[in-house]
Formats: sequence, C-alpha cells, structure tokens
Amino acid sequence: MARVVVDVMLKPEILDPQGQAVANALPRLGVNDVASVRIGRRVEIDFAGDADLERAREIADKLLANPVIEDYEIRVVEAA
Amino acid sequence: MSKIGVVTFPGSLDDGDAARAARISGAEVVRLWHADPDLHGVDAVVLPGGFSYGDYLRCGAIARFAPVMETIADAARGGMPVLGICNGFQILCEAHLLPGALTRNQHLHFRNRDQWLRVENSSTAWTNHFTEGQEILIPVKNGEGCYVADRRTLDELEAGGQIVARYIRGNPNGSSRDIAAIRNEAGNVLGIMPHPEHAVEALTGPSLDGLGFFSSVLKHLADAKAAA
Repeated sequence: MARVVVDVMLKPEILDPQGQAVANALPRLGVNDVASVRIGRRVEIDFAGDADLERAREIADKLLANPVIEDYEIRVVEAA
Repeated sequence: MSKIGVVTFPGSLDDGDAARAARISGAEVVRLWHADPDLHGVDAVVLPGGFSYGDYLRCGAIARFAPVMETIADAARGGMPVLGICNGFQILCEAHLLPGALTRNQHLHFRNRDQWLRVENSSTAWTNHFTEGQEILIPVKNGEGCYVADRRTLDELEAGGQIVARYIRGNPNGSSRDIAAIRNEAGNVLGIMPHPEHAVEALTGPSLDGLGFFSSVLKHLADAKAAA
C-alpha cells in the first residue's frame, strides 16, 4: 500500500475565521507571541498498489480542493 | 402547465418547501432524485437548501458529482432555468455553473433571521417579476453563506449586472460586496443564499416576496413557449 498526503489550505487572501478564532483564544493559554493561525485539511489517500501521483492530483483538483478558494500540496509518504 | 423539478439529495431540507412554493405559484412540480440522471421532462430546476451529503468536505462539493447534477449542468449550459437556494447556491458554485465560492460566515455564527434584500437585476429567468431596486424581505439561514471571489471576478459580476440581490440593513455573513444572489452570464442560472421558498404564505413567512422568484420563471417559460 502506498500513501499520498494532500494538504489543502485556504488561499492566503481568503479570510479564515476559524483560524482567527483559534488565534484569539491563544492569549487565554498564556500565548501572546502568535501573529496568525490558519487552518487547513490533511487528506491521506492509500492506494492499493503503487502511489499514483497523477491520479492523486486529479482527485485533489476535482474534489479535495476548490481552486477558487484553496491551494493544495501533494506528497508521497512512506508507509509506516 | 410548466413543470418545475425540485431535486432531493441525501441531506436536503427545504425540498418540500421549495416544491410547495412552486406549486403555490402555479407550477406542476416534479420531484427529482439525486441518483436518477433523468430530468423527467421538467422545464426548470430548483436545487434546494439543506446539507447535501452532510456538507462533508465542503458544502456542495459532493452533490456536484451526483448523477442528476451532470444532467442539470448540461441542461443549464443549454439555457434551462436553474435556481440554487442556499445549499443549492453552494452546489452551483462547486459545479462551476456560477463563479466564486461560499465560505464560513465571517463571525462563525449560524444566522437565522428575516433579511431585507435589494433586487439589483430583474433580467434573469428568476427575477423578471421584480423591479430593479425593489426591497424584499425573505428569511436567511446559513452557516456558510459568505460569498467570496477574487477582485477581478467581483468587478466582472458588477459590470455585467450579474449581482442579482444584495443584503441591505445589515450583512448577515460577511459576504463580499453584500452579495446575496448572483446569476450566470446568460441569466438562466441563479444562486441565492436566502430562502424565497420560506416567504410564500402569510402564516409561515415574513412576506410573500419569495413568490416572485417562482412566478418569474413561470413567466419566463411561458414567454419562451409563446416565442417558439
């Protein structure tokens, strides 16, 4: 089995109110030196055979990320 | 009599109300099923509000790949009137039938209230019964209704008259340029965040303003038939 990881993040210019809410909560933990927090999504795709980066890219492009508001990065991860 | 199809996805909530609103407006209603690609001869389609496929991944992202959506996308590109309400608007954006995207409300709260809108464009299949500048009151209820697009797309929407309605007297979700509804270039596809189908009867709605969307499409279809 081969694992491909897709990290999906909101584009930098898109407001991330979830990230802001987390950032605003940090002072309550005593953390005061964080400038910004942004939240994304990690998707793990396990291929039955070899890792198929092209196919993973297609999945990311068509379904996992919305290119209007999100960017994504793809990488193969060695199975544990 | 014109036939309006109302799609039910797993997780649709407002399909019953949308069907009822279409019926009250004088349409024959045909219920469409997400897994059935056949449109059963309808003249127009409503994608209702709700949480299709649990809103997993992103709102509308999975519904876009439903068998019925492929047929609807083709029909929409061919000029069939399609109205997406709330989750339906999200589906239309995910299907690239409308530009931009709908994201988490800026304040992160679900908003449920009666909302004033100003109709900005009455040249669509779904808004020809309104006058431009008309103020209408219909309910809004969403958690992810904040419309976003890049500046160029927003400018193009403005220039092309594609912003069909704006929030007035308070923007409930942080939507760019107070956008509540947009249309495609041709004017047959309309996405709206608030819910016209909840404002069709005095007993349950804040106004009867929602009826205008359904009577508009019936007029549009009647005019098209007369011209044919």
